[in-house]
Parts: sequence; structure tokens; C-alpha cells
Amino acid sequence: MQALVIAAHGSHLNPDASDPTYAHADTVRETGAFDEVRETFWKEEPHFREVIRTLESEEIFVVPLFISEGYFTEQVIPRELRLEGWNPEKWDSDGTSATEVTLEVGDAEKTVHYCGPVGTHDSMTDVIVQRAETVTGDHDVGEGVGLAVVGHGTDRNENSAKAIEYHTERIRERDRFDAVQALFMDEEPEVDDVTEYFETDDIVVVPLFIADGYHTQEDIPEDMGLTDDYRLGWDVPSTVDGHRIWYAGAVGTEPLLADVLLERASDAGATLGDALERIRRDTTHNDAGAPESDSSHARTNGKPVTDS
Amino acid sequence: MTALETAVDTLLEHADDGPVAFDGIRLESDGEETYTLSTPTIERDGLEAAVLRDVLTGLDDLEPYVRNWYHWQVRTGGEGTARRAFLRWCEHAPRSTDETQGAEPGDESLTPPERDAALETGIDREWGQLAITARFLDNDDPNGERVYDCWHVDDADTALEELEVLDEPRDARKIATTDEDGRYRPLKTAPTLRSGWAFTGLSGQELVDTVGFIYPATIANWHREQRGNLDVDHWVDTAARQTGIYDVIDELPREALNWLAEACCVDSQCLRRREWEYDAGDDLEPAGGDGPFPCREPCSLVVAAARKWAILESETEKTYELELTTSEWNQLADLIDAVADGRVDDIREADVNDGANRYRARYLRAKRFDDGELDARERSE
Repeated sequence: MQALVIAAHGSHLNPDASDPTYAHADTVRETGAFDEVRETFWKEEPHFREVIRTLESEEIFVVPLFISEGYFTEQVIPRELRLEGWNPEKWDSDGTSATEVTLEVGDAEKTVHYCGPVGTHDSMTDVIVQRAETVTGDHDVGEGVGLAVVGHGTDRNENSAKAIEYHTERIRERDRFDAVQALFMDEEPEVDDVTEYFETDDIVVVPLFIADGYHTQEDIPEDMGLTDDYRLGWDVPSTVDGHRIWYAGAVGTEPLLADVLLERASDAGATLGDALERIRRDTTHNDAGAPESDSSHARTNGKPVTDS
Repeated sequence: MTALETAVDTLLEHADDGPVAFDGIRLESDGEETYTLSTPTIERDGLEAAVLRDVLTGLDDLEPYVRNWYHWQVRTGGEGTARRAFLRWCEHAPRSTDETQGAEPGDESLTPPERDAALETGIDREWGQLAITARFLDNDDPNGERVYDCWHVDDADTALEELEVLDEPRDARKIATTDEDGRYRPLKTAPTLRSGWAFTGLSGQELVDTVGFIYPATIANWHREQRGNLDVDHWVDTAARQTGIYDVIDELPREALNWLAEACCVDSQCLRRREWEYDAGDDLEPAGGDGPFPCREPCSLVVAAARKWAILESETEKTYELELTTSEWNQLADLIDAVADGRVDDIREADVNDGANRYRARYLRAKRFDDGELDARERSE
């Protein structure tokens, strides 16, 4: 038996924080690729500390639903899971290249394949691009359009910026968008000045965050000038300094992210059958435009749209 | 082939591989193409295969044993798992001696015939605020297969038509997320599970998944406790391993841990029974509570609250002088009690006899506050 464990942050205050985790877990469940699929959280239950014991599978693939390698993936999750002999050096990573390490745990007779976070996997690049397609409703979005990939910044963790820059460069190499730029909340180049980095009329802004919350639903929209007060919502697109800004909200809510979870487990040796192909088929846009159920959320990010 | 005949055939196949002994039935090949069969009321030996098959399918007294064996050993499986132990607990089935070390005294198990009769009408159990009923899937054509219903204990007498009927375990996540007033429940074992819903006809696995969404990890930790090997992490261990913003919690004074436990870890706030103490052999003053689920270490809410208190407790105490009437002094206690006991929303708008009434509080603020603060002087000594 094999199990997939999705390790996410969660929240004591905001019930929406775990929504993407549950949504992607359900997508994986429906493939039937794993005997068990379990969500686990730092701030919700089951806690990282007690998740392994809830599983019957002997082989457990743990994928952190985090954007970058850093404090949570290197210290908190391994410690709370009781990964025996864990050391960040086992990932042999340059900050964005962690794949997996196979270890035992201290409280159960299980083998844990501890994977790198979703945010640094190569297929995350596809999720960012698909997020741009979703928010614009254009399957071929790119020509005449600029793309900003937004991260928190390096004040907390230098790998956070590395992940943003890694995907930015990969998208740039595809030569699909007129320009691709990494922007940050707390350091240069800043998301506040988004329009200064693009010559195109249209700019798609994709924040590399797992869940929509304070940063993606309050800070960034206000910083970019989409709205004076986040509570009033904003249009998608909104016009700022003569540019149309297509603000996508957290990339982690994109259905295709479930594919990254599977890719991580697959890289670590999970047996998936045709689950990868099925997830790609079910969560990728088949024709122009976003899946109907998705676009309404993306267009308003769950907030009222103003008539400005 | 009837369900009973299928079960008998499967039982005979198992008996050919070695003796079968389960929940009171014993069947063993004696090596000469004959078998010995026994239950608490039947003892037969020298049975040839064909005769044995007739006995097993023909004797009403044996049917509960055969169906029971098939349900648990073939249909359910999972020997040694928490899932199986929990489902066995649901119907008072005997569990192995190493799985009942932590069992409550008086929790007597039932024999297969006793359970057969009870499962026709349903066997009820409570798991926190959950009422769980184990019953036969089909009483008219019983094959031993169990299904489970699960709803809120407060809805025990509510007609099914009045409840939101659910059958997908994942729906339990939504139920567990908010309380009756729509407020977020960050603590899944808070005694605030909302009512008004019912899962019906769940399989055993689906029941376990449903309980897992409502009370995560409680089955696994209960199972460990039942086996006498619950791994408890005391406060000092949990505090010592924290890093980042929670690194400070090991500075929380020893006596403050008593106040923390009294504030957070009592039955009125959490259905878990605190098994962790300050340290091994160094118990906290408040009792651990009578909750049904063992709490094996300070949870993330306690850790987050402890951080706040560790910071607050680093302040030095001061003495203040202020003017209050006796009733106003008593009113401060009323206000604190009302918030601490969560009864603010229950105080009637016009009940000015209650010190925590909104108008009473507003009056006190109007009279005794200056610039948004209680008007008091710090006494210098």
C-alpha cells in the first residue's frame, strides 16, 4: 500500500487557508493512484506530528504544499514528522532542486519518501502559465502580454526569491510572453511598481503563493493600485497607469497544482499508473478559455467586483 | 450460491491451510480428510468435508459464527490496524488482549449470536459528539455485512427527514469547519460540533474516514492507548523542540502552565483528555479531564497561546489605584466570567441585572474610561 500525504500550513484563524489543500487532495483521491491520501497541517488537524500514525500504508510519500525550500520544509515538517536522520543536506539542493529523501520515522514502522516542495518542481512552471490562461480566459495568452510572477521576498528566506526567479526564467525561455518579470512584496523589484516593468498594455500578475489570504487578497491588490480598499474588491482586468492588470490570485488554487503533487510522488518512486495523464487531462484547459467552474472565482478572487 | 454458502466455502479453504479460531468458532483439519468443529455450544469431530459443509450451512446456531468470521476475516481484514479495532469496538466485538489494556472496565464484549441479534436493530456507540450505529446492511437477506450511520448525539431523537443526509465522508470536513453560529473551529475536538446532519449506510472504511475528518487522529491515538503504548510528549519536551517564533514558549513559568491547562485543556473547551503533564512525574495541578480521546501532547493552539502568554508573563507586575464602587468592582468579575465562559451572546439585551450586559458595560466605559482606557494611576512604591 502507498499513501500520499500533503503537508500544508493551515490556519488557526482563517478557514479558507486549507481549501487548496483539500481541493488538490480530492483531485488526487479521484485518480485512485494512492490507497490513502491524507491532508496534514502545521496549524490544523491532523497535525504533522500525528499524521503518519493515521495511515495503514507502509510506503508514504510526503509532499510539502509550500512554495520554497526553507524553514518549514527543512526544519518544521521533518522535525514534526520525526524523520530519523534528516538533514537538509540530504536533499543536496541548491535551493530549488530538492527531489526526495527516503527515511524512517520515529513513531511508526513506515518508510517515508520526503519530497521537495511543490513550488520548486519544474511542472510548477506550467501551473503558473495555466494560471495566466485561467485569469485571462485565453488558452493562447502570451503575445502582446507581459507576465509578472510575484513572491514574498528575501527578508524571510532567500530560497523564496530563488523559486520565483527560477520559474520566471523558465517561462522567459519559452518565449511565449512579450516579457516575464519576477516581482516581490518586500524588496526590489517591487510589485508596487508593476507597470514600470512592462511595455505591453496587458500584464498578467500571478502570485506564487499556496493559498489566498492576507498577502494575495489584501496587500498585493492594494500595492499594485487595483483598489484603494481590498474590501471593495477589484476588476479583472483593472486599469492602472494605462495598463490592464489581470490579477490571478494565488497560483496554489489552480487545479493543475494537483499534477505537481503527483509529479513529486512519481519522482520519488510512487507507482501511479495512468494517474498523471488523467490529472493533466482533467485539470488542463482543453480548449480556449478557462473551465467554467473556475473562471468566476479567478475573476473576482472571491471578492465583489466593483463597477469602476 | 447463497452468501452463507460462499462464506462456508471460503471458511473451508482457510481451514485446509491451518486451524481457524475466531470469536468462538474453531475449525481444524485433523489430517485425515476429516475436521473438528467447535463453538461454545457445539462440539463435533470426525466430520468429512461434505458433512461439515452440510453442518455449517444447515445449523442455525452456527450461522452467526460463520457470517461473523467472513465479515471480519475476509471482508474487513486489517489485522492489528486501528481501523479494525475501532470497527470492532463499534459493535462490542471482542478485541485481542493486547488491544484492550487501556479499555474501560465494564466494556464487555458480545458473542457473534448476541451481536447478530443486536445488529438487526443497530448497536449504538458515542465517539465524542458523534453517535455511531452499526447495523446489518440487509436484515431480510443477511450476509453479515455491516453498514454504519453517524450523526450528532444531539440529533439522537431527530427524524432523519429533518437532517441533512450525507454519504460522502469528505462532506464531514465542512461540518467540522464551523460551529452552529458559523464561526471557524480551529480545534476539531472542541465540544462545538454542529448538529443537523446524518451520514447513513457508510462502509467501515467510510466511517473511519468520516470520523477522521471530524476528529482527526483520534482513532489512531485511542488505539495506541488501548494497546497501552500511547506515546506522550510532556510540556518540557514539546516546548524544547520549538523553533522560530515559538522558541520562546519554554520561558513560560511553571505555574503559568497550570493556568494554561485550566484555560484551554478542560472538558468544557476540548473533548480530549490531557495525558501530558509538565514533565514525566511532574503533574500539572488541573485534572486532565474526562474526555474520550487521549491528548498526547500540547496541540498547536496551546503552543500558539503559550507563545502569547510567555511574552505577557515577561512583564513585571504593577499596582494601580482607581475608583470603583463595590458593584463596579464585582462587575469586572462578571465581565471576565462572561467572556471566559462564552456566554456573552446569551445575555439578554435588556437584562441590566447582569454585570456583563452590553448596556452595563457601555455605562461603565462611559463613566470610568478616560481616552479609551480605564482611568487608573500607577502607584509608585
